[in-house]
Amino acid sequence: MTQYKLSRRAFGGSLLASAALAGCAAEPPTKARVVVIGGGFGGATAAKFLRLEDPGIAVTMIEPKDAFVTCPGSNYVLAGLKRMQDITHTYAALTGRHGVRHVRDTAVAIDGAAKTVRTAGGQTFAYDKLVVSPGVDLRWGAIQGYDEAASALMPHAWQAGPQTVLLRQQLEAMPDGGLVVLAIPGNPFRCPPGPYERIAMIAHYLKANKPRSKILALDAKDAFSKQPLFQDGWAALYPGLIEWVPLGRDGRVTQVIPGERTLVSEFGQRHRAAVANVIPPQMAGKIARDAGLAAPDGQFAGWCPVSPFTFESTRVKDIHVIGDASIAGAMPKSGFAASSQAKFVARAIAATVNGRTAEAPVYANTCYSLIGPDYGISVADIFRATPNGIVAVQGAGGVSPRTPPDAAQHRFQEARYTDGWYASAAAEIWGS
Amino acid sequence: MILRSGTAAFAAALLALAASTAAAQSPPPASGRTLAATCTGCHGPAGKSAGSIPSINGRSEADIVRAMQEFKTDRRPATVMNRHAKGFSDDEIVAMAKEISANWR
Repeated sequence: MTQYKLSRRAFGGSLLASAALAGCAAEPPTKARVVVIGGGFGGATAAKFLRLEDPGIAVTMIEPKDAFVTCPGSNYVLAGLKRMQDITHTYAALTGRHGVRHVRDTAVAIDGAAKTVRTAGGQTFAYDKLVVSPGVDLRWGAIQGYDEAASALMPHAWQAGPQTVLLRQQLEAMPDGGLVVLAIPGNPFRCPPGPYERIAMIAHYLKANKPRSKILALDAKDAFSKQPLFQDGWAALYPGLIEWVPLGRDGRVTQVIPGERTLVSEFGQRHRAAVANVIPPQMAGKIARDAGLAAPDGQFAGWCPVSPFTFESTRVKDIHVIGDASIAGAMPKSGFAASSQAKFVARAIAATVNGRTAEAPVYANTCYSLIGPDYGISVADIFRATPNGIVAVQGAGGVSPRTPPDAAQHRFQEARYTDGWYASAAAEIWGS
Repeated sequence: MILRSGTAAFAAALLALAASTAAAQSPPPASGRTLAATCTGCHGPAGKSAGSIPSINGRSEADIVRAMQEFKTDRRPATVMNRHAKGFSDDEIVAMAKEISANWR
C-alpha cells in the first residue's frame, strides 16, 4: 500500500517535471486518469465534461473512428432531407479545445483488477476511473439467417454510417410500386421511437418519388413509443401507404432469406420485399460484455446493470457504464439520455476525485421525431435515482398532446425544434 | 399482544434500518449546476442555442424563475417546456436560475 502511494507520488512528480520541461505551464498536474471507451453521445460528452469539471483530470478517449455519424438524424438522410455530412461530427473540438486525448484504436479488453484497458493495436492504458459507452451490438443470428453478410443485402441502418447510405441507395433504386418491409424488434432496443420515425421518413420519400409503393412494418411488439401520435401522423400525411403489423397479428420476424429479400414471420408468413430494412434485437457493445459488465441472464441479459446514482457498474468497481449499453430504468436508450447521463457521471467522478460525495443526480431526456418535414412530435422526461432504479418524475414529462388547440401550429413548431434540438445537442457534444 | 409488540418491535427495527440505510446512501441534493445541465442538450452549451430553440443565456434569475413557474403551472404556452418544468421543485427552479444567470453569459 505504502509502496503504491510512493510510486504514485513519484509518477506524479515525473509528470510535473516533464510538463515543466515541455513548457506546458497551463496544464495542471494530473489528479486522476480517466479513460473513456466510445466517442458517441455518451462517450464524447463524458470526455468533454470531465475536462470542464476539472482540468486536473487527464482524459483519454478510445474510439476507432475519426468522426461520429449520429443515429439521430439518419432517418432524415433516408428521406432526402439531410446529407450524411450533416450528421457527421469530428473530434476536433474535444482534442483541440478541451485537451481530450483521442486514441484511434479499438478497446478489446478491460482488466478491472489491474485497472487497465488494452486496445486492438496493442496499447495499454491505466485508469483510475473508466467510462464505458460502447453503444449497442446487433444480435446476429437472433433472426435466423440475419448475419453481417445478410445486412449487406437487407440493411439494418441501426448503426448510422455506411448502412444508412446503403438503405438510402436501395430506396432510390427501387421501382415505383415496390414494397418496403421493416422488421422491428421487441424491447429493449436503441431509440424506441426510431423505427416509427423511419417508417414516416421512408413514406415521405416514397410519396414524393414513388407514390404507388407501400410500406409493411412487421413489429415484434403490440405497442410502441408515442404510438397514437405516430399513427395519427401516418394517417394524416401518408394515407393508405403504411401498414403496421403488431406481434398479435403475426408481426414478429423470425427468419430472413437474404438472397430473395424475403422475411418470414413466426407463423410462417413470407413477405417478399423490394427493400427490406431489418432491425434486429440488440445487446450492449462487445467490450462491455467481454469485460463482464453485462448481466449474464434474466430479463436484461446482455445489458449492463449500474447504480442509479452514479452509473457505476454493479459488477466491476470504478467502471461507469453509460448510454444504450446500461440498464437505466425508465430512461430510454437514446442519444440525449446517454449525453445527460454522461454530464452527471462526469460531475460524480470529478466529485470523487476531489474527495467530495457525488450529488443526487437529475437526468433528462428529450426526443423529437419527424413525421413530415413540418410535422414534429416529442417525448420528454425528467428522471431521478431511487435505490430501486431510475424513475421518471410523476406528473411531469410525457408526449406531445394528441389534440392541442392549434394542432398544425404545434406540429410545425415541434418540427422546427427537431432541427434545433439536433443543432444544440451536436454543438454541445462535438461542436464547441 | 405478544405478537403485536413483536410486530411493532420488528417494524421499529425495520424503520431504523431504513433510516440508517437512507442516511448512508442519501447524497447531497442536486446543485444548480447539476440541474442546469439538463437544459443545455436543447438550449445549447451555456444556454447559447445553435438553432431554432431559444437561447436562455444572459437572462436574470427572476426572468428564468418566472418563466419556469409559468410553464410549470400551464400559464405560458409551450410545446415541451410545460412538461419539463413540472419535473422540478420550486427550490430547484431557483437554484437552476441562479446558476444560469450567474454563469451563462
